[in-house]
Amino acid sequence: MKYSKLAAASVTALMVATPVLADLVFPSLSYRTGPYAAGGIPYADGFADYFTLLNERDGGIGGVMTSAPECETAYNTEKGVECYEATKGQGALAYNPLSTGITYQLIPKVTADDIPLYTPGYGRTSAANGKVFSHVFNFPANYWNAASLAVNHLKEVSGGDLAGKKIALVYHNSAYGKEPIRTLEGLAEKHGFELVTLPVDHPGQEQKAQWLQIRRERPDFVMMWGWGVMNQVAIQEAANIRFPMENFIGVWWSGGDHDVSPAGDAATGYKAVTFHGVGSDYPVFADIQKHVVDAGKAAGNGDNIGKALYNRGVYAAMLLAESAKKAQEIHGTPDITSSMMRDGMEALEITEARMTELGMPGFGPEFTVSCENHGGPGTGAIQQWDAAAGTWSLISDFGPSDMDVIQPLIDEDSAAYAAENNIEERCN
Amino acid sequence: MPEQLLFAMEVTLNGLMAGVLYALVALGFVLIFKASGIFNYAQGVMALFAALTLVGIQQGQVPFAHLINAIFGTEVHHFPWQVPSLIAIVLAAGVMILFAWIVEKYVLQHLIGQPDIILFMATIGLAYFMEGFGDIMWGSDIKKLDVGLPQGMNATIDQVTFDWFGYGFFIDNLDIVAAIVASLLVAALTIFSQYSKQGRALRAVADDHSAALSVGISLRFIWVLVWSIAGFVALVAGIMWGAKSGVQFSLSLIALKALPVLMLGGFTSIPGAIVGGLIIGVGEQLFEFTIGPMIGGATQNWFAYVLALIFLIFRPQGLFGEKIIERV
Repeated sequence: MKYSKLAAASVTALMVATPVLADLVFPSLSYRTGPYAAGGIPYADGFADYFTLLNERDGGIGGVMTSAPECETAYNTEKGVECYEATKGQGALAYNPLSTGITYQLIPKVTADDIPLYTPGYGRTSAANGKVFSHVFNFPANYWNAASLAVNHLKEVSGGDLAGKKIALVYHNSAYGKEPIRTLEGLAEKHGFELVTLPVDHPGQEQKAQWLQIRRERPDFVMMWGWGVMNQVAIQEAANIRFPMENFIGVWWSGGDHDVSPAGDAATGYKAVTFHGVGSDYPVFADIQKHVVDAGKAAGNGDNIGKALYNRGVYAAMLLAESAKKAQEIHGTPDITSSMMRDGMEALEITEARMTELGMPGFGPEFTVSCENHGGPGTGAIQQWDAAAGTWSLISDFGPSDMDVIQPLIDEDSAAYAAENNIEERCN
Repeated sequence: MPEQLLFAMEVTLNGLMAGVLYALVALGFVLIFKASGIFNYAQGVMALFAALTLVGIQQGQVPFAHLINAIFGTEVHHFPWQVPSLIAIVLAAGVMILFAWIVEKYVLQHLIGQPDIILFMATIGLAYFMEGFGDIMWGSDIKKLDVGLPQGMNATIDQVTFDWFGYGFFIDNLDIVAAIVASLLVAALTIFSQYSKQGRALRAVADDHSAALSVGISLRFIWVLVWSIAGFVALVAGIMWGAKSGVQFSLSLIALKALPVLMLGGFTSIPGAIVGGLIIGVGEQLFEFTIGPMIGGATQNWFAYVLALIFLIFRPQGLFGEKIIERV
């Protein structure tokens, strides 16, 4: 009798102590340590806080609570794959690894495991072709869209003509950094500008040679494809050689608050491409403050709200949550599987009315995902830094990228992948 | 003068300046290796930790704020004061001395007599511990380091070279300051080791541990002393590198820049660290300028090691290292 009471008490205690398992699991392969933590932390905070908001304010998605368990990758590809293997059994609905290297490793794995991989603004660009990449989604924009959006902006500030201009690309000497080169070569041919490419080795703390070359070459514009310390050093070096900041533009991964702040006032005028809104002037952030931060349930201390990378984490979480909602609608059940989640992502429709309802009016573009197009509209805007105010401001509307140049590249690259991996095109 | 020659001269000057920054990191390695035979893997992390501590003190940041808030449900982040740069530097140096004492008491003391590889492994553990400890203590965000160092192009050099050659050379003011600081540091270290009692004791230990012990020199004191000096050198390196990129965790990777310098200059020579740094700095910048564009660029990292290897083949102990002769 004694033993059975003890056993019952133990079981009860265990049940009370064990947290209730969430039904909708979105693992966060985050990096809060290591050389890239400064970018990884605000993104992970935004991603986690949005799901917490859904739980606290709305009771989850379709009445089912969510969770975003974190696994630390330190931006290391091997650790990222280990995290995937360790968490996929927890009922993972989708992965967002925030690393192009990890993405490349996970593409065959998620396809085999029937789990969607979501890589907004990063990863394998040609995964936008849903006919080949059934389980990878990179809406609403990818690297090649970013390259084109930057060129569009430079064309606009050059009075509509880039012919005869010189654009230098300072890039992280990695697969990620090299991504835009083919697109930029195509755009250079189309618009008649000269492209000078300047690689910077990891981690990018020493860039003297590259910036001396920029000083000698006197390009009209400098474009940057960096991540981590490379960004901060490049902005400081540009200021040192007195390169006009308004002629210096980075991809969205070179457009974080932490990228510009170390250079102080000298960074004022620096621009970056973005695929989402900037600042905290959206109702969703007031909700996060009230239901998550003030309630002591935030992933961080709430300081990152409104910062570029935090906003991107929130945006990614929102698009995944909307996809889950769509999956629930399609399959008529709140308890969706990863396979159903994939269907939801492929049928996602984002309207301005829905964005407003979510407290994010004008935060991102309206778009529809389809079986063929997993990349979304490829639109983006330009943000500019004001060091005195410590804020980014949008200086353009969300505009289109040059799909005439980008689409053939996507088709070519995805066709090569399909041939290499014996993949038959779908959506026919 | 041909344009390319002018560019090469500018690159050489900047290479020399970059070399000084590499040498600053290498100095810390040399000091500890010379006194104890330990290759201190944690030297890069020490620079990071010292810089984090400096900025934290300067900005009045509450150490372990995240931990305190998580445990006690408080919302403390900063003290209501900021500390002037000079006092913050002194306090950060104090923290590095305390760190040296802790390392000696809780790590090195227990490993006396162990093979060098064990001591090396201990410093690897120390490096990872310090990185995590620094994260918990001061947070992972990038911190702007402002101790009043000038930055940006030196206008005088630009003007003078323009008047002479018709092309103004770019030299960063921060690099000039780094060169001056490094020179003062080397001079101070030389004077200290030559003319002070402690310095002579340090040299005695470096020459022969057993002989030094037999004449009453305290090995424990020497280790605390040398780790303290290395901590101070790390603080200086952290300030110079942190001013360029902000204080962030990638700062620990500057140790990678010191390795070829050590291979080239020798692990036991302070002048070797300086000369090695200058050769690596100039070599890698000139190679990137001349050959880099032909082979796709971004050559600095690997070329520094190639250069060091070439020197190693001809002089394994490094340019200024002591030749070890073992008789059997």
